[in-house]
Amino acid sequence: MAEETTQSEEITTPYDVAKLAPPPRKKRDVPDGLWMRCPGCEAMLYRKTVAENLDVCPECGEHFRVGGRRRIEQLADTGSFEELFTDVAPADPLEFHWSGKSYAERLSKEQKDTGETESMLTGAAYIKGRRVALGVMAGDFLMGSMGSVLGEKLTRLIEYATREHLPLVVVCISGGARMHEGALSLMQMGKTSAALARYDDAGGLYIAVLTDPTTGGTTASFAMLGDVIIAEPKALIGFAGPRVIANTIKAELPEGFQRAEFLLEKGFVDMIVPRHELRSEIARLIDYFQA
Amino acid sequence: MNRSRRRTASRVFRGSNRPRRSGQNRPHETPMPQPQDNIVGLPFEKPIIRLQRQIADLETEQIKTGRDYASEIRQFRAQYVSLLRKTYQSLSPWETVQVARHPQRPLSRDYIGLIVKNFVELHGDRRFADDKAIVGGLGRIGTEKVLLLAQQKGRDTKEKLAHNFGMAQPEGYRKALRLMKLAEKFRLPVVTLIDTPGAYPGIGSEERGVAEAIARNLLEMSRLRTPIVCVVIGEGGSGGALGVAVGDKVAMLEFAYYSVISPEGCASILWRTGEKAPEAAEALKLTASHLKSLGIVDEAIPEPLGGAHRNPSETAHNLERYIVRTLRELRRLETDELLARRYESWRDKGKVLEPQPAEPAAAAK
Ligand SMILES: [Zn+2]
Repeated sequence: MAEETTQSEEITTPYDVAKLAPPPRKKRDVPDGLWMRCPGCEAMLYRKTVAENLDVCPECGEHFRVGGRRRIEQLADTGSFEELFTDVAPADPLEFHWSGKSYAERLSKEQKDTGETESMLTGAAYIKGRRVALGVMAGDFLMGSMGSVLGEKLTRLIEYATREHLPLVVVCISGGARMHEGALSLMQMGKTSAALARYDDAGGLYIAVLTDPTTGGTTASFAMLGDVIIAEPKALIGFAGPRVIANTIKAELPEGFQRAEFLLEKGFVDMIVPRHELRSEIARLIDYFQA
Repeated sequence: MNRSRRRTASRVFRGSNRPRRSGQNRPHETPMPQPQDNIVGLPFEKPIIRLQRQIADLETEQIKTGRDYASEIRQFRAQYVSLLRKTYQSLSPWETVQVARHPQRPLSRDYIGLIVKNFVELHGDRRFADDKAIVGGLGRIGTEKVLLLAQQKGRDTKEKLAHNFGMAQPEGYRKALRLMKLAEKFRLPVVTLIDTPGAYPGIGSEERGVAEAIARNLLEMSRLRTPIVCVVIGEGGSGGALGVAVGDKVAMLEFAYYSVISPEGCASILWRTGEKAPEAAEALKLTASHLKSLGIVDEAIPEPLGGAHRNPSETAHNLERYIVRTLRELRRLETDELLARRYESWRDKGKVLEPQPAEPAAAAK
């Protein structure tokens, strides 16, 4: 598949699980603005070049995290995304608060900072001319956590894909279930999986794209239920967080543990696809299954 | 399983939860003819335990000296009962979590011993191993033949290790799925008992795809063509619990808890210290009554006065009644209708804000 390998051996991502201590923040010495330093190879990069390169380091191939809107721009045919279910907004059903803070306030701050209402964007789009139902998680909204809105929007999207006989593509990036909605968040795992079961019964094609990081309840539900599961290079994918595991077993974790390559070896993803090839790979898969 | 094992339940009273106050807090040396003897007191039960001890002391005194303390004892007992009732009527969420984790709380295998007739355990996922954190098998509850899946923690250290403290690995979920498919084939209803701190966070567990195993169960349980009844009997620990808890009906014992994250975990992330677990428990709304009002569970099954551990057989009886009644209701439905209702009940879980359909009056706000 991937003939152009753009990765070098020395890559240590800032999220490298082998190092449990927080990574050294080199960001400080780079003035915000035109330039950035690649956390993979330390190269100084012109931001515009990085953006044009789909947020992949042109030097070492490190895949940087991509926000929800930007992901849609990169993945869908230009201007083809018709957003759906936009008026489903988060509530604060538990009136959750902690040490002087409240979920309600946190939500409005997050909404202001990101310009999004929630951590899931849903709609219909074209990928290389193939119409799909597209769900993209916004990793920048409360760490892409799964709450009631995510569950509701994704479920509606799956039902929409079922009705319209569309292939379903979901791009995952998530810190897991959202604590602030308690067990309601947990239930979204069951809800979305139930919708996927019906979609499956109806013969729908579901392609899950797992990006860095995909963890917790997201992994243990719709992320792992793709008919085909694609991962981005070096993406952290797991159920329990590496820190939790290291604390439980009181030992260091093996090199590359819970990385996309590790999951490929263990048999839990179908393929690792560099971002540059994602569109064509998805299009090719759709053509195989739905000629 | 082993019926006689139930008795060991009341012997585990050397837990660290025993209240320690001014040296007078010794275990009772004399047997007390009450169901409450040998009960490990929880930190919030100190006054209850004190009364319990006073009753015991009077009874001992009575036997030793031959004097008649009957009226005092009667009075203390009445106080004891009313204090117990008062305490348990208004448990805080954190106190509820402590009851759910009580070292003497009946475990799945106690319920199996008490209400499941002719239990035949079935082992293994046919892929890797037999995970003892989830016990599966055939049995009869009341008049109903069922396939039972029960998360099992173990009572003493040896058992806890054997059952991995109730923390299943992928094999547990895959065994559960294998048995559920077997149940579907023969139209046996599935009953699951949930009691786990969570799925096991280990290297092997991740390597063998615990996330995939749980996800697969959620999907398959949502469309399994036979009734499924799930009851959280102790700890409903996050995805590890949900992995066997997608059913037509989901119930909880009155003092069980069910949560997206443990109160300690939540506290250490949001409050940055595990010591704020009581606050986190409060915030997470993890009790049966909260979850019922949030539409997450259908029913809270009452526990006896002072919690399940004070009367395991009464708890088992309530559990049995709930299961039998619910299975009878579900059996009346055609399979397609059953599945349609199951879907709707899961479809409805969650709370979001949505503008009212475009009526000017409603849109004004
Ligand atoms: Zn680089």
